[in-house]
Amino acid sequence: MLKDITIGQYFPGESVIHRLDARVKLIITMLFVVMLFAAKGFFSLAVGVIFLIMAYSLTGLSPTLVTKSLKPVVPVLLVTAVINVFFFEGNEIFRLGFISITDGGLINSAFMLIRVTALIAGSSVLTYTTSPIELTAAIEKLLAPLKIFKFPVHELAMMMTIALRFIPTFIEETEKIISAQKARGADFETGSIRDRASAVVPVIVPLFISAFRRAEELALAMECRCYRGGEGRTRMKQMKAGPADIAALIITFVFLACVVLIDRMN
Amino acid sequence: MSILQTENLTCVYGKGTPFERTAVDNVSLSIEKGGITGIIGHTGSGKSTLIQHFNGLLKPCSGRVLLDGKDIWEGGKIMPGLRFRVGLVFQYPEYQLFEETVYKDISFGPKNMKLDQNEIDARVHEAAELFEIDEKMLAASPFELSGGQKRRVAIAGVMAMRPEVIVFDEPAAGLDPKGRRAVFDIIGKYSRNTGCTVIVVSHSMEDMACIADRLIVMNHGSLFCHCPVNEVFSRAEELTKMGLDVPQVTKVFSELKKRGLAEDDNVYTVGQAVASIMKRLGKKGGDPAC
Ligand SMILES: Nc1ncnc2c1ncn2[C@@H]1O[C@H](COP(=O)(O)OP(=O)(O)OP(=O)(O)O)[C@@H](O)[C@H]1O
Ligand SMILES: [Mg+2]
Repeated sequence: MLKDITIGQYFPGESVIHRLDARVKLIITMLFVVMLFAAKGFFSLAVGVIFLIMAYSLTGLSPTLVTKSLKPVVPVLLVTAVINVFFFEGNEIFRLGFISITDGGLINSAFMLIRVTALIAGSSVLTYTTSPIELTAAIEKLLAPLKIFKFPVHELAMMMTIALRFIPTFIEETEKIISAQKARGADFETGSIRDRASAVVPVIVPLFISAFRRAEELALAMECRCYRGGEGRTRMKQMKAGPADIAALIITFVFLACVVLIDRMN
Repeated sequence: MSILQTENLTCVYGKGTPFERTAVDNVSLSIEKGGITGIIGHTGSGKSTLIQHFNGLLKPCSGRVLLDGKDIWEGGKIMPGLRFRVGLVFQYPEYQLFEETVYKDISFGPKNMKLDQNEIDARVHEAAELFEIDEKMLAASPFELSGGQKRRVAIAGVMAMRPEVIVFDEPAAGLDPKGRRAVFDIIGKYSRNTGCTVIVVSHSMEDMACIADRLIVMNHGSLFCHCPVNEVFSRAEELTKMGLDVPQVTKVFSELKKRGLAEDDNVYTVGQAVASIMKRLGKKGGDPAC
């Protein structure tokens, strides 16, 4: 079901990771991505994976959630892995017709697989532990310097907040409409491609109508509360980085340094 | 004879996540053929979840659902044609309308049944007649109608499939008193005319007292009771504790009885109240039915 997609879902909690400043978490996630892409060998990649496991175990979330976040991307992962097998040189292990499987190809594909898996799992640590509101507020803060170039930072953040806010609503709405049409005998599972494409119409039309209705209502509600854009707007919850945030940043840099050093040594 | 049964039906949402929640908890009930059964319960008591098991939109986490004595999930696969035998009208069904004309929208269900054109046409007109939808409205776009009209079109769309069992989730939610009465009148008429089994979910005790023969009361996902209307309302105290209520006029009559001003306190509708007062005054009148 659509509900099982947990990418981008927030699980409230009280762990150390939950309480970190959203800006810091965002920066750490970016550093983690850098870490993964800086890693050239399995040893340095392992450091990144250890960092991820450490962060994840601190969140206090159940380990099954990781597999849930990975499930929708499994096809992408597999395709990446398979393609990588063919694109690297090495000693041939065996041959299938004109395709030769090399040890280099296999090793590289395993490396890519671990890297991409860690990447997705790592970014879901961020979204699992940070509410969308905090996240967009953090983005707004971090991008604030761009305002000098007349870049509409606040508007962008507000758009993101609204979009994120409505994802669950629309998933729920879509499920409800699908159920209602199924109750009228709509068939989404069998039939030719043409049948299935036209089976979507009874879902799309009501969904669009409701999206427009909601957009109008929301615009009206914002106007009623005198929303005028970002100028002069203050926040109820001020973001403050504390000792824990600084410690987290330092730990991240230590790991990053390890990755770079291990690669240098080899 | 019972047509629809559940055996130890349990439904858990979000199993294995921090949001896990048992919405329906070990419910066993058996609904008789024909007549109108009401389902009441406080908000979040699992009514909507329960009824979505009746036509297989939700698969039981454990337990069984039986239609005419046959498990609807026999061998793990849904009974063929089940959705046409058990019709389900969702809450706010007007949001599922999608076709260009009202006629096309009502015929969506029958078309999915792969009926021939004449039959579809006959069914659409039959359903439209029941809901007083005229030719002009049939040709109109469903999005030009008023809320109440859309509601009637949406309900007609399910009725046109002529299911043996038809379930309504809050069919009168958000309608004015006149609209409510119209919808319940149509449901009553439909039940009497066709002899179908009708199940209605509602919050309103007044409406239930008027229309239902038997009531299923849900409380926090469990079955509280399943019995005739008068037995349910005689347990006013327990109902109040569950955040439910008995009809206003029942409350008035139990007060009157306490003060020795009325004989019976099992009065649930205004019609019965009038009849009871008239009897006491030694006159005839009122409508004990509704
Ligand atoms: N799709 C879903 N995913 C997760 N939880 C759900 C879902 N649908 C319902 N629930 C939860 O299950 C419980 C029962 O919900 P349900 O909709 O069956 O209640 P209801 O009796 O119909 O309430 P109402 O009278 O407000 O319509 C609620 O606590 C609700 O939060
Ligand atoms: Mg409900």
